[in-house]
Amino acid sequence: MKNIEVLFYRSSFRFVMIALIAASLIGTASAAGQKIVLTGSSTIAPLALEIGKRFEKLNPGVRVDVQSGGSTRGVNDARAGLADIGMASRALKPEESDLMAHRIAIDGIGIILHRKNPVQALSDEQIKEIYTGKITNWQQLGGEDRKITVVNKAEGRSTLELFLHHFQLRNSDIHAHVVIGDNQQGIKTVAGNAGAIGYVSIGTAEYEEAHGTPIHLLPMAGVPATVANVRDGRFPLSRPLNLISKGAPSGMAKRFIEFAQSAAVDDLVTAQYFVPLAR
Amino acid sequence: MISSQHNISSLSRADATLARVTGSIALAVAVLLGLVLMLLVKESWPVLAGGGWTRFFAGEGWFPAGGQFNLLAMLWATLACSAGALFIAVPLGVSSAVFSRFYSPNWLVMPLRRIMVLLAGIPSVVYGLWGLTVLVPLVARWEPPGASLLSAILILALMILPTVALTSEAALAAVPASNLQGAAALGLSRKGIVLGVALPAARIGILTGALLAAMRALGETMAVLMVAGNVVQTPASLFDPVRVLTANIALEMPYATGDHRAALFASSLLLMLIVTMLAWLAGRGGAHANV
Amino acid sequence: MFKNHSRLNDQLLTLSVWFSVALVASVFFWVLGDLTLHGIAKLNWSFLVSAPENAGRDGGIGPILVSTLLILSVALLATIPLGLGTAVYLSEYTRRDNALARSIRMSLNVLAGVPSIVFGLFGNALFCIWLGLGFSILSGGLTLACMMLPIFISLTESGLAAVSSEWRHGAAALGLTRAAALWHVLLPAAAPAITAGLMLSIGRALAETAALIFTSGYVDRMPGSLSDSGRALSVHIYDLSMNVTGGDEPAYGAALVLIVLLVVINGIAASLSDRFLRLRITTS
Repeated sequence: MKNIEVLFYRSSFRFVMIALIAASLIGTASAAGQKIVLTGSSTIAPLALEIGKRFEKLNPGVRVDVQSGGSTRGVNDARAGLADIGMASRALKPEESDLMAHRIAIDGIGIILHRKNPVQALSDEQIKEIYTGKITNWQQLGGEDRKITVVNKAEGRSTLELFLHHFQLRNSDIHAHVVIGDNQQGIKTVAGNAGAIGYVSIGTAEYEEAHGTPIHLLPMAGVPATVANVRDGRFPLSRPLNLISKGAPSGMAKRFIEFAQSAAVDDLVTAQYFVPLAR
Repeated sequence: MISSQHNISSLSRADATLARVTGSIALAVAVLLGLVLMLLVKESWPVLAGGGWTRFFAGEGWFPAGGQFNLLAMLWATLACSAGALFIAVPLGVSSAVFSRFYSPNWLVMPLRRIMVLLAGIPSVVYGLWGLTVLVPLVARWEPPGASLLSAILILALMILPTVALTSEAALAAVPASNLQGAAALGLSRKGIVLGVALPAARIGILTGALLAAMRALGETMAVLMVAGNVVQTPASLFDPVRVLTANIALEMPYATGDHRAALFASSLLLMLIVTMLAWLAGRGGAHANV
Repeated sequence: MFKNHSRLNDQLLTLSVWFSVALVASVFFWVLGDLTLHGIAKLNWSFLVSAPENAGRDGGIGPILVSTLLILSVALLATIPLGLGTAVYLSEYTRRDNALARSIRMSLNVLAGVPSIVFGLFGNALFCIWLGLGFSILSGGLTLACMMLPIFISLTESGLAAVSSEWRHGAAALGLTRAAALWHVLLPAAAPAITAGLMLSIGRALAETAALIFTSGYVDRMPGSLSDSGRALSVHIYDLSMNVTGGDEPAYGAALVLIVLLVVINGIAASLSDRFLRLRITTS
């Protein structure tokens, strides 16, 4: 028994030693400098990661570590000091007034249908009736005879809160057929079901529509769902993407937040299909 | 062999050391696992304390914002998904193990095992992605919304099949060749050998495998989350969207605070309770089979 | 008459066994074919070695591969000795009705049913915060080890338990110590089960997403040491497919790499267990 353990140890030990040596060789290249830790919203995480990489390039010796885990986690970690900066894809709530939000981008939310669905516009009232289960077939809205599949977001997601607030609904009123978590799951669900209706980030939906995913965006209250209209503030449904700090930021965190809000990262914001700040 | 010769005087000492070493390792593992339990109990204590657990089985449903934490619908959904997946995966998995041991041409044994190992190693998110983009639209064409109990069962069956197949194969391989040769010498047909000798002899291993598969099915999160539809309701048909306990935890944990968070931790305690009961039942079954 | 009937039955069983295997294999090729179709365009050398760019849409998965291998080595290094030790203790040094053994066995069974996201939160609380390891490869690997232990121990123990007790008696009669009997007789005889346990554990570890998001983290930089945060392949695939618009193709590419990696690692595991346990796993 001992022999076998020793053997297992030896071989895996050697493997790990080699890995460790290799890793430490790579490690020596980056000087031990300052580290900024960001945690929170999975929506913002890819953008923050890219901003972090550019920030690292401009500030040698600084490291930006981005961890995802949800907006609530971002708020809690920023408050508890586990993270230097939190990320939240929503505005701060009244009970979070001890924290400061720093907007870095905007995200519009639009209604999408399957491309095969001939319905081209829905009024707010119709959308409300679909989501509360009063209208259950597209025929009732001038479409084909097809059951409506209502795609809703899971409890706690900021897009859901935004949607409910805009349509003056409570989540318990909604008769959903599919409840989803992340944005791409919404797009894929609607793309795979000709009778589905859902709401997702406009930038991503524009991209997917342009790249052949069988969905189409609906205008809302007569305003076409485009990134340009979100930036102008004409589109009714949008949310801020925020960095969160405990009190006024200082030092490296302050520099990072200012950098993330500057025009120097507009191309990164656009590359993640969000809407840059209007300046 | 690598081991040296043992003389009589070192016998007992080596054994005692080994017993102590393995014993303390086992204890360390038990402590580690105890810590997981402690975390769960500590985090769910706010809703468990003071008889709050009754809230999990009463009330109108799962409305965490309104303080309603009825888990029953999700409990039934979880059990239905796992039972359905086992119903498909166990026969198929045991069959393919039997195939490997008794029917397969030699050249096919290794490729088949590789396939099983690969199936076991595909990340659940990839199964989920595949399910969401291929399986769900197929089911939706048949009966919308597609994201349903049926899709969840099919994906889960695919995911636990390798566990059943590999453990059954290992169990069948452990049946002494002499037993099989004896049966063959008695003139039993291949079917007689498989059903009469090999499978009964391997039943404990197969049961262990099925149990592991059941646990995997009960605990699986990402793939089910993507294909099951996640609507909190007691399933009335195979085409109803359902939400299982694990998907509920994954969907809401990052956004939960206070009692809601505690209720989510408590729902994973409930899952563990189910698994414990399963393990106990399987243990009893195994004990009976031994007699 | 009876004989005909039984031959028919025999053929029926043969047919259904062949049918199930064909079904399993065809579903497998369906899944793998789909993955290959979508991901093959991405597969080339630079994808394997270069760093991800533009949130993973461009560039490759080099640092992520390194992180994944490091996390897996940490996990295996913890799981194999702990798992073998526990399994041997349970099966060789305790009676089946021993209270400690029963409670260990029970907690193992119970833990197999804990959802992976809970392990993630546990690992985050214990390793990242309490032990101060932070988001790191070490935290991720140790959390994975906690998840792999139940499977590995359970299969190893059942493999040892399935070895006929006559072998033990025989070994004792030959004057072998228990340690020697384990090494020469019992572990080799249990090799198929141990290998199966190892492979399933590795598969589980490579496939794990939820637990790693909270422990080894999201950072996609080349790790400098085991105390750095490093993104695992499965986390990368999840992020690309669910969170990054236009990330499907690299997600499928990364999934293909993960599968190839699994084949390679399993091959190594199989040949190691062949060598050390001195029994070919193909017993047929």
